[in-house]
Amino acid sequence: MDFSFVFFYLFAAVLLGSAFMVVAARNPVHAVLFLILAFVNAAALFLLLSAEFLAMILIVVYVGAVAVLFLFVVMMLDVDFAELKQGFLQYLPIGALIGVLFLIELIAVASIVVTGGKIAGAPLVVNAVAQGARNVSNVKAIGDALYTTYVYYFEGAGLILLVAMIGAIVLTLHRREGVKRQSAAEQNARTKLAAVELRKVPFRQGV
Amino acid sequence: MTIGLTHYLTVAAILFTLGVFGIFLNRKNIILIMMCVELILLAVNINLVAFSAFRGDILGQVYALLILTVAAAEAAIGLAILVVYFRNRGTIAVEDVNMMRG
Repeated sequence: MDFSFVFFYLFAAVLLGSAFMVVAARNPVHAVLFLILAFVNAAALFLLLSAEFLAMILIVVYVGAVAVLFLFVVMMLDVDFAELKQGFLQYLPIGALIGVLFLIELIAVASIVVTGGKIAGAPLVVNAVAQGARNVSNVKAIGDALYTTYVYYFEGAGLILLVAMIGAIVLTLHRREGVKRQSAAEQNARTKLAAVELRKVPFRQGV
Repeated sequence: MTIGLTHYLTVAAILFTLGVFGIFLNRKNIILIMMCVELILLAVNINLVAFSAFRGDILGQVYALLILTVAAAEAAIGLAILVVYFRNRGTIAVEDVNMMRG
């Protein structure tokens, strides 16, 4: 008896529920925390699909970096979020209408495309079977593709991250006026001659 | 009872729709809009990984990895712009972003 479908429904339900709470939460900090829960459950779904590497990357990159970045910004900016929530329900009807139409179309396409277990004529194989035949792990399979055939895409991804890093630093770096900073060059340029002054102090008169 | 490709595609479709719905609903709050974009990209990733797993082709997962990279870069740059904007204007309301309007 295979119980994996139970886990699929569990993870999918929590994923969709927390995604809904991201959209509907009154407090943005709660929204970010629900976003983290959604990412963790998506990682669990990836594990069910035997995409272990992406599942771990999702947890490390999204939960560890991106979601914490969001949390940091939400807590750092002193914004009146209650004011931003004004008119929240004003857009509900049009949003719900477009959302439902979109959902019906997407599910219709998904169920038409995947009829009879075939996508565009190609037979469907479960990943575990396909990988079991080749007897390589998920990480090795990704590495074999990423570092050979798609190495330029890999380099491009690295370049994108570099540009993002430099851009974020340049954008947020600003020099405040009136802050006393240490200047090593100025300190090293000081000589005894310039820094020390000897004076002859007359008796009972002071400097 | 087995879980097929359609199940994963349906979950991703609902997640995508929730993201679009959230952009409509929270159109005043730029931080929530960015979180909804992250949800949309997550739905795309679920689609790619599901197709990759059920077709036995690793390329989908490689592509999902690249999307993950771009999403992380987008979040970092977007939040940096947001912080700079807040520092200049003291608000992040989307409606007030009309400084450059002629």
